[in-house]
Amino acid sequence: MKAAPFEYARAASLSEVCALLATHGDGAKLLAGGQSLVPMMAMRLVRPAWLVDINEIAELKFIAVEKDMARTGACTRQGAVERDHALAARVPLLRQALAWVGHVQTRNRGTIGGSLAHADPCAELPLVAQVLGARMLLRSGTGARTLEAEKFFAGPMATNVRPGECLEEIHWPAWSWRHTGSAFTEISVRHGDFAMVAAAAQVAIDGDGRCVRAAFGLGGVGGTPLAFPKIAGRLVGTRLDDAAVNDAAHAAATETQPGSDLHASAEYRRHLAGVLAARALREARERARSL
Amino acid sequence: MSETLHAVSVEVNGKPRSAQVPARLSLVDWLRDDLLLTGTHVGCEHGICGACSVMLDGEPVRACLMYAVQAHGHRVTTVEGLAKPDGSMSVLQDSFCEAHGLQCGYCTPGMLIAAQGLLNTNPDPTEAQIRDAIGGNLCRCTGYQQIVEAVQLAAERTAKEAK
Ligand SMILES: Cc1cc2nc3c(=O)[nH]c(=O)nc-3n(C[C@@H](O)[C@H](O)[C@H](O)COP(=O)(O)OP(=O)(O)OC[C@H]3O[C@@H](n4cnc5c(N)ncnc54)[C@H](O)[C@@H]3O)c2cc1C
Ligand code: FES
Ligand code: FES
Repeated sequence: MKAAPFEYARAASLSEVCALLATHGDGAKLLAGGQSLVPMMAMRLVRPAWLVDINEIAELKFIAVEKDMARTGACTRQGAVERDHALAARVPLLRQALAWVGHVQTRNRGTIGGSLAHADPCAELPLVAQVLGARMLLRSGTGARTLEAEKFFAGPMATNVRPGECLEEIHWPAWSWRHTGSAFTEISVRHGDFAMVAAAAQVAIDGDGRCVRAAFGLGGVGGTPLAFPKIAGRLVGTRLDDAAVNDAAHAAATETQPGSDLHASAEYRRHLAGVLAARALREARERARSL
Repeated sequence: MSETLHAVSVEVNGKPRSAQVPARLSLVDWLRDDLLLTGTHVGCEHGICGACSVMLDGEPVRACLMYAVQAHGHRVTTVEGLAKPDGSMSVLQDSFCEAHGLQCGYCTPGMLIAAQGLLNTNPDPTEAQIRDAIGGNLCRCTGYQQIVEAVQLAAERTAKEAK
């Protein structure tokens, strides 16, 4: 057996999760899809005293598409989100991003909330959350609170979820302009690996082709995924021509402070950031125009 | 040190199986070491290679990234469960032989599970869809080309049989 010994509890409800977390405090970890936690336990990088399994809790697994947002339960499988057509129609960036997340087998098990809580700076879903301004609903024994994506991510593999809290559901804002397009792109060593650099974009245009709203962001070039609301704001009113798009992408890349490792230098990552941000914005624009 | 044991009841290849397991026992170790279903292979034991793929409630998952205790109340299908009831090979398994979809065979059980998972929901996949479905499974021998051809052959044969 690879993992160090631990005590195991299969929670039947969210209130049971909160009670278990309150009892066991820092020693307890939530087990969602296990696609990140179980490998870390196998390598004994983490040795929780208690695992609280949230996989059998029906109230944490749902997809609800509403007028101006979609809600997903934290323990909803990535594969279920990927396959949901109504959700893809309202928040297309989720399906576009999930095509890059791991493999069929990992998406059949991995959850939306687990990916966000794991907060890998190269992960795709945290980038989508940041770009769209998703809101995370956190539940504990003493109450509930909501964190915006911007306040949720604290650093590499770190969030502002407090001990005792469980991510319950995620609210994904949906844009209602008819001509809204989005795109996700990345470069990784092999398809299905975490991104070296990733970019996500969403734009809306009016009947004349003028941008009425734009949002984009980059992953893998900082401790958390980054969104660039100020730079995106400057695209509003333009026709999103290539020059405007390239300027915005370049300005964003210049603001990033990527690290260097075996796979890529900081300089190369910053170069990719500019190229991929422009590519994502152009693809999003083409989709918006085609509607 | 004595570890707490947990009761598990799982339907494995159509048969009910029960046991008492420590929480940290992985599903793949339980299948192989306790149930002696050694068809499922273990490679990396941390989610990278796909050799341990099994179906959980009909969907391919990595059995090294689940604890056996988590399979309680669920349905597991291993590569042994793909064969026809009389023990002869399934269309997909036979196509792997026919198209030389394996050499050493280490990755094969995982490949079969991944490919069967695809064919169950998409009986007529494109080459790109096949490559995507087996993208999480590493093979160090074949170069993948013949595995893709084996899955294509299985899809063709199944379509012909249905006519
Ligand atoms: C081969 C392979 C390739 C992968 N490739 C990618 C990739 O390209 N991109 C990518 O983004 N990911 C990738 N992953 C990881 C992804 O599959 C995981 O699903 C994800 O990172 C974690 O989600 P999970 O549900 O598996 O969470 P778990 O592993 O169960 O948990 C992860 C962490 O989140 C915490 N947590 C889980 N749920 C909650 C909750 N509701 N509230 C509070 N905390 C919670 C856990 O305690 C733990 O600390 C890959 C994994 C593998 C094995
Ligand atoms: S043994 Fe499970 S993925 Fe390698
Ligand atoms: S046949 Fe040898 S690893 Fe695939």
